[in-house]
Amino acid sequence: MSGLITEPNLGAPDDFYEALIAMHQGLDEARSAKVNAKLILLLANHVGDLGVLREAMRLAREGA
Amino acid sequence: MPETYTQPRFAYVRSPDQSAATPVRHSVIVVGAGPVGLAAAMDLALHGIPAVVLDDDDTVSVGSRAICYAKRTLEILDRLGCGQPVCDRGVSWNVGKVFFQDRLVYSFNLLPEEGHRRPAFVNLQQYHFEDILVARARELAVIDLRWRSKVVDVKRHADRVELQIHTPDGGYALACDWLIVADGARSPVRHALGLESKGQVFRDHFLIADVIMKAEFPAERWFWFDPPFHRNQSTLLHRQADNVWRIDFQLGRDADPEEEKKPERVIPRIRAMLGDDRPFELEWVSVYTFQCRRMERFRHGRVIFAGDAAHQVSPFGARGANSGIQDTDNLVWKLALVLAGRAPEQLLDTYDAERVRAADENLLNSTRSTDFITPKTPMDRVFRDATLELAHTHPFARRLVNSGRLSVPATLRTSALNTADAPTARFTGPMIPGAPAADAPLRSGEKDAWLLDGLGGGFDLLLFAPGDNFVAPDAADLAALGRDSIPVRVTIVVPHGRGALRAPAGCRVFEDVAGFAEKRYDGRPGSVYLLRPDQHVCARWRRFDAAAVRRAVRRATCTDSADDVRVAA
Repeated sequence: MSGLITEPNLGAPDDFYEALIAMHQGLDEARSAKVNAKLILLLANHVGDLGVLREAMRLAREGA
Repeated sequence: MPETYTQPRFAYVRSPDQSAATPVRHSVIVVGAGPVGLAAAMDLALHGIPAVVLDDDDTVSVGSRAICYAKRTLEILDRLGCGQPVCDRGVSWNVGKVFFQDRLVYSFNLLPEEGHRRPAFVNLQQYHFEDILVARARELAVIDLRWRSKVVDVKRHADRVELQIHTPDGGYALACDWLIVADGARSPVRHALGLESKGQVFRDHFLIADVIMKAEFPAERWFWFDPPFHRNQSTLLHRQADNVWRIDFQLGRDADPEEEKKPERVIPRIRAMLGDDRPFELEWVSVYTFQCRRMERFRHGRVIFAGDAAHQVSPFGARGANSGIQDTDNLVWKLALVLAGRAPEQLLDTYDAERVRAADENLLNSTRSTDFITPKTPMDRVFRDATLELAHTHPFARRLVNSGRLSVPATLRTSALNTADAPTARFTGPMIPGAPAADAPLRSGEKDAWLLDGLGGGFDLLLFAPGDNFVAPDAADLAALGRDSIPVRVTIVVPHGRGALRAPAGCRVFEDVAGFAEKRYDGRPGSVYLLRPDQHVCARWRRFDAAAVRRAVRRATCTDSADDVRVAA
């Protein structure tokens, strides 16, 4: 198994979601896209495990 | 035409073969007198095999194409006898810098350690490089260089290859046992045989401007993403010999190559980059696109492809000429053994297996670099720029920035010619079976020496001295290896200060003056490495055992089963 956690794992889900939305506040679409990209890159490095990242990419792509 | 260089014209000389009643048959014919064909012919000559080299032109590369020669190429050229003039004529460099918009993102050193004879790269215009190779080829008297000799037809037979050649005197025919095809990316011979090189065509245009200028910039590779002087595109700067600088501008997909080549288009681009105050002259301008592709197989019976004829990469990473010269390094010792009747033809299939895999590694690297440098969709571009912005401050992102993964030799990890380590050997470090041997500074008596200088051409055994004295039967066994039908030359490495060690007859002794050899090879006393004639490791042990060495040599030459040995015609 890839080891990607899809069960609840966030200590404070509502706080996280609020912070995610706040991160984009006041940005146009192009800037938001870049901020999202940076966030993905930072988190990917933190995760480190390519198997986990590939599994997350597969799930993200599903239905797209 | 270049200002700093006068194109030589090599005389066409009529060969006696042209008057022969029936086609003269040669052991090996090489098509193409570029870097790859010349390297093949030189290596064959060092094995005592005369080669005929056919080239349709009468000069070296017109304009500069390949400019970056990697450490491994320089080491191969050292073995072929022309590494030093290339280094002397060219510009050595190790450091690359990456800029994004108006800022330096990071710099990297491709050779951050001491104790190597050659730098990571030498930059030299391709015409100078070929000049040096032609001069060396002419010193090796057995090479028969035939200029203005165009191969117009090729016929493959079970026991020979037949060629039709066109010259200023008209046509003639030749035959050979083996044909090495190194006639470049468009490869007329490949076309004549109806063979294909397949892959990906990239649509971005790039402009090469070689300019002559006096500049104080250091000898480094500088790469800009989206610089202020060339918005939304990339630019690459390299220093070459004679104050000639290579500037490579990405132009995008819609550029008109003919328009972009005009000085009135080129000069403003360079002015924007260098500023108005710096005088420069245009040396050479061309516009190119590129492909990443390869042939499905590099060996087709008695016809063997090498270099761009066999595989083609993008220029980012300097993996073209460098990998072509590694092809010949891999091929020629195998062909020499087959021609001598000491190994079966199937040894040549390992050229195919090893170099196809190496080509795939080069293609993968060069395609990934191209994808980073020329993003194909708006989202590709978003990620590319996000990576570059993060790289300013966050070290992790620097590892993602890809302005070209610069040529390193393939480690032949999966080669059938390797003997696997015994599990108890517990070697550490990169010198695994299949790896190209690392260099190290040594001393022989009072003379400084380099490890790689003493290796190659034939099989080598590298022995890290097990103690102060070799006792029989080891000494006798070591000396006997040199008398085998596929001889193994023995090199003994002793720690610093033990140079007085009495070596068994026929073995050379080197002092590991700075300890680099021991460190790079995990060479604790008694360790033994077997190296192929192309300086790749093929087996290693913690103690010398003559029978194990001979088994490994048989494995590395496909002679391990007597049934397989078919002596070549």
